[in-house]
Amino acid sequence: MAPLLEARGLSRSFGHVRALDDASFDIEAGEVVALIGDNGAGKSTLVKALTGNLPVDSGELYFEGAPVTIHSPHQASEMGMEVVYQDLALAPHLNPVQNMFLGREIPRKGLLGSLGFMDEKKMRATAEAGFAELGGTVRSFTAPVGAMSGGQRQQIAIVRAISWADKIVFLDEPTAALGVVQTRNVLDTIKRVRDKGIAVVLISHSMPHVLQVADRIQVMRLGTRVATMPAEGTTVEQLVGAMTGALDSQTVKRKENAS
Amino acid sequence: MSVITPPGQAPDQQAVIEPPARQSYLRRAANLQSVWILGVLVVIIAAFSAAAGTKFLSTSNFSLISQNIAVWAVLGVGMTFVIITSGIDLSIGSVLVFSSVIAAKIMESVGGDGWSTAAAGIGGALASGIAWGALNGFLIAKAKIPPLIVTLGALSVALGLAQVLTGGIDIRSVPESLTDFNTYIKILGIPALPFVALIVLIIGGIVLHKTKFGRYTYAVGSNELGARRVGINVDRHLILVYALSGACAGLGAVLALAQFGTTTIAGQSLTNLNVIAAVVIGGTSIFGGEGSIFGTVVGLFIPAVLQAGFVIVGVEAFWQGVAVGSVLVAAVYVDQSRRAAALRGSSRPSFLALLGAKKAKEPAR
Ligand SMILES: Nc1ncnc2c1ncn2[C@@H]1O[C@H](COP(=O)(O)OP(=O)(O)OP(=O)(O)O)[C@@H](O)[C@H]1O
Ligand SMILES: [Mg+2]
Repeated sequence: MAPLLEARGLSRSFGHVRALDDASFDIEAGEVVALIGDNGAGKSTLVKALTGNLPVDSGELYFEGAPVTIHSPHQASEMGMEVVYQDLALAPHLNPVQNMFLGREIPRKGLLGSLGFMDEKKMRATAEAGFAELGGTVRSFTAPVGAMSGGQRQQIAIVRAISWADKIVFLDEPTAALGVVQTRNVLDTIKRVRDKGIAVVLISHSMPHVLQVADRIQVMRLGTRVATMPAEGTTVEQLVGAMTGALDSQTVKRKENAS
Repeated sequence: MSVITPPGQAPDQQAVIEPPARQSYLRRAANLQSVWILGVLVVIIAAFSAAAGTKFLSTSNFSLISQNIAVWAVLGVGMTFVIITSGIDLSIGSVLVFSSVIAAKIMESVGGDGWSTAAAGIGGALASGIAWGALNGFLIAKAKIPPLIVTLGALSVALGLAQVLTGGIDIRSVPESLTDFNTYIKILGIPALPFVALIVLIIGGIVLHKTKFGRYTYAVGSNELGARRVGINVDRHLILVYALSGACAGLGAVLALAQFGTTTIAGQSLTNLNVIAAVVIGGTSIFGGEGSIFGTVVGLFIPAVLQAGFVIVGVEAFWQGVAVGSVLVAAVYVDQSRRAAALRGSSRPSFLALLGAKKAKEPAR
């Protein structure tokens, strides 16, 4: 069966910087793929290129086996893909509920709904249920999110993404600002989302977390995928080696064994 | 704010201390500006009442005040939307003039003093206002020219074209149905113009605070990229918001014709600044993302009440400018320090932070 989403040979330059250099990527339904690499390796750029946030100079994208071009993040979300961006895409002046439903407001029934009136009660109830499921520390649903802590904001962005995605969730360093308990909740949530058959792409600099939740790990260096390895049986040392290039020959071997 | 660790004792590694909820604080801080400014208005009214008594507190005085701000209130609704998107519309005064010239020309050529004549003029004024606004919005959203520049250009062009159309001479042929509407009609005890303004304010408030259109207005001003990412058609929304501002200017043109019985070609050069001042005094942030129609109403009353009060108390009206300018700068200062406090994560309202900052400078012991 064809992968759920596959990218072949994506390239993208910013001036002299080749942020993506013939990068490939693939993920199956119900799989957690971790994307790792040093700062500036091109992870965020790859996610943006996969989700309609960034046009590429060359390369192809296949969704459920068919070639696609994704022109906008909106198109990506209509295809069932949601992103938690590294630079959080929340509106700081709006509250968590308003943010969660931004662009997807539930209309009131009848004439008022067609005039653009919103069902605030229903949106709030749905949002609260979503936050309860994540076990988050977001307690106020009426305060603007700009006034909340970085971790609380991150939780809001995560809840928003997993509530809407039905094919793939991209999480770009979702636990970077989170406390111990919240991080564990997010990792548990990732597994729960995966068990529902939704694929998860996780970018993280924390190797233990990566090994804990990922099924497969793709390593990026200098804008390209340098290794793919199963999480099982891989050690932190091997991951770090692949990221820095110290273990190139070994990773290639592992890759051959894996395929 | 601070987590106090007793000296000589390492923070407990095991315990996970979750940040306390500070919603109630922040909610209040978020509303502070319009509440604070309402307090200022109440103080001003109280002061003039103490000084002039019933002469100031009379119905006729407040009826006059509301008459004076009716046109600005209508413009203020559109301006509030525009400023919440973090834009600005400098062209409203000129668009008002242009629209009133169009309306007057249409009514002149139709002839007569009846309501059908007026209706033709009203239609013309609204169409002209919407066209100018949509043009502004198009240049801002699609050509990516900053709002300040686009609307500054429109200010100049619209006024210039109005002068070309009239040779610079005001048109005085306004049908009686329109001027009588202003002079004689009262609805629910409120003079006609303020009543129309009130209706526009209420509709504007409902649209801004209760509908998707309003929600997207805040979202665009708060985080434009975020709004685009969730699929909001930001360009279209901006065009609609500026068109709304233009429509308000068109309606304002009709009200001004009814009020003065003539076009006011030379009389609107400061209208844009007065309306912007009212909106900003009312707590709508020029950085976008926050604001309210209620705040704009309060912001409109402050200069108007000051003016009326100064006249009654016998202070030279020139002082009004001094007072309004000071309130404007103070209001924006408070707004800004409140934002800075929010960025630092402080839950302390800025107004108090001002006093607190002085205290903090004193040596601790
Ligand atoms: N909009 C942009 N303009 C210019 N250069 C960019 C842009 N976006 C990314 N780059 C460059 O592309 C390279 C890859 O950046 P990217 O953000 O994808 O790295 P990353 O792997 O996500 O790193 P990090 O772990 O720090 O998040 C960097 O060298 C960066 O400077
Ligand atoms: Mg990144």
